Amino acid sequence: MSQTLYQKIYQSHVVGQLNASTDLLYVDRHLIHEVTSPQAFAGLKQANRPVRRPDLTYATMDHNVSTQRRSMDAAGETSRKQLEALAENCDEHRIPLLDLTHPDQGIVHVIGPELGLTQPGMIIVCGDSHTSTHGAFGALSFGIGTSEVEHVLATQTLPQQAAKTLNIVIDGELSAHVTPKDIIMAVIGQLGTAGGNGYVAEFSGSAIRGMSMEGRMTLCNMSIEMGAKAGLIAPDDTTIAYLKDKPHAPSAEHWDAAVAYWRSLHSDADASFDKTVQIDASRIKPQVSWGTSPEQVIAVDQPIPAANDFTESSKQDAARRAYEYMGVQAGQKLTDLTVDVVFIGSCTNSRIEDLRAAAKVVQGKQVASGVRALIVPGSGQVKRQAEAEGLADIFKTAGFEWREPGCSMCLGMNDDRVDSGQRCASTSNRNFEGRQGRGSRTHLVSPSMAAAAAIAGRFVDITTGEWA
Amino acid sequence: MNPSIHTIFAGGLVCPLDKNNVDTDQIIPKQFLTSVSRDGFAEALFYDWRYLADGSPNPEFVLNAPQYQGASILLSRANFGCGSSREHAPWALQQYGFQVIIAESFADIFYNNCANNGMLLIALSKGNIDSLFNRCNEGPQQWHIDLKNQEIRFGNNAALGFSIDADIKQRLLSGLDFIGSSEQLAPKISDFEHSRKSNLPWLG
Repeated sequence: MSQTLYQKIYQSHVVGQLNASTDLLYVDRHLIHEVTSPQAFAGLKQANRPVRRPDLTYATMDHNVSTQRRSMDAAGETSRKQLEALAENCDEHRIPLLDLTHPDQGIVHVIGPELGLTQPGMIIVCGDSHTSTHGAFGALSFGIGTSEVEHVLATQTLPQQAAKTLNIVIDGELSAHVTPKDIIMAVIGQLGTAGGNGYVAEFSGSAIRGMSMEGRMTLCNMSIEMGAKAGLIAPDDTTIAYLKDKPHAPSAEHWDAAVAYWRSLHSDADASFDKTVQIDASRIKPQVSWGTSPEQVIAVDQPIPAANDFTESSKQDAARRAYEYMGVQAGQKLTDLTVDVVFIGSCTNSRIEDLRAAAKVVQGKQVASGVRALIVPGSGQVKRQAEAEGLADIFKTAGFEWREPGCSMCLGMNDDRVDSGQRCASTSNRNFEGRQGRGSRTHLVSPSMAAAAAIAGRFVDITTGEWA
Repeated sequence: MNPSIHTIFAGGLVCPLDKNNVDTDQIIPKQFLTSVSRDGFAEALFYDWRYLADGSPNPEFVLNAPQYQGASILLSRANFGCGSSREHAPWALQQYGFQVIIAESFADIFYNNCANNGMLLIALSKGNIDSLFNRCNEGPQQWHIDLKNQEIRFGNNAALGFSIDADIKQRLLSGLDFIGSSEQLAPKISDFEHSRKSNLPWLG
């Protein structure tokens, strides 16, 4: 019987049945960080349970860490305690930890792929919703809560029910200056933030095949913003080339067998999906979110929609609330909005390709006066690479702050925050009320759009005029 | 599992939160996530909506209205709990006193997190949710939730049925140990690990 990629991975991980509707699935990689794990370890201790497979568990410090100094003390008192708890728990259970002294420390969804921990066909979980990122490799990857973190630590398994399947077919050539970030934002704008609820979304089509691993990660990263349980992209030559020689990739002894297995990981030609959506990539323009939900998004050359443009009353109400919170009006042009802060970073857009795109826009220019602009590389590796390529110098010369790796201003758990009423062009993934700080006004954009906003001091259409 | 589980279905006062897409950043803002404890999150619930910038209660937020004090059932709209996987969100709701959430739909991770904490989440059609909000507009509501018979009872013999996943229902009613149930399959987990090692040896 023909199967989708999701169904193949799901079935190959069934350990047993818990009841008529629930299977127990084996977990190949469990990634943990400081925020969602301490209560899980406490639960294990209380029940006197060991960690079943510390060798399949990897930890990093990312959410709380200071991006100004590599010191746990720099994160503030309660964050320091949380970081220390992670270090103690990893030490006690012999779990590998990339702490602040490790050269490869970084955002969990940046370092997993970078180190080769993320591989096709795996099931990967982490107590973080953007675990969907790893789906770019054809690994079934999803975020879990702390009770589930405890469950995986104890059993290396997780109870699951089969999800519905969604095929998002993206064909066509991307226009100049249009990035995977713009594609996923346009998809979310079309499907809505609940459009993927109950589904695992597979991305396919010519635009995906032509996309780099970094781009695929950006795409899968934000599949959670449309409510999908996971995003998935079938592995191909691009995936295999990326993984070759990564520290945790299969050794030479197993490489050929692994590649042969990975090549079998695709949806069968006649597999049927519960739902299919077709997207023409060539029609997508640079996207900017205007409201407080990722679905409130438009192309940079479109006016902010009027409440009456929406048919559902709930969306009309949400638009009215968003105008007030964001300090914008229906009909307003995005290019008339000035920005106070620019943030280039996060598990969505902090990889080397993102920084290259931003540097290309910035080179030879200066950050507009009064704009605070931050570049927060996703990992130690990204940071070193960007410095070696001269990107860091381009940013610093232009007036950007060049920081240490961490989640930073995406969610402002550390001291990188946007002040109340300030407008931020951000390459992150959520524009919820207060996400970057109480009263902060977040506009989600691609790295090149964020870079251009930093230079111009307002949003610009990078497909036109001097920017094109 | 939570010892309060068997008391949650008796029913209680309903608080109507008339919004779509109530996200986890609203349910519990990030500054409360640095705790290493499972407790102490009740005050953090809906913090930025519930309190003004000076720390005083926001009189316009529904949770602060006198008639909704002591509410244990939260009524909301579509895609409740979207956003992050933080289990602090259900912890905050539960510790504040909410045992049941009724909405048009829920985000997947949030739904699982609530079930793992013994909370009952009821998804209903938009039409039914509209009618429940209409009831709330008539005055404070006390509803009884009968999970066994899958009914919300309003008094005067009026009731509304709901559907729920059979497995979740069973877990809520019996208070099954989440990890303990899976541990019963421990021999199968070991078998799986053996065959995984021989078939896909690079996985470790």
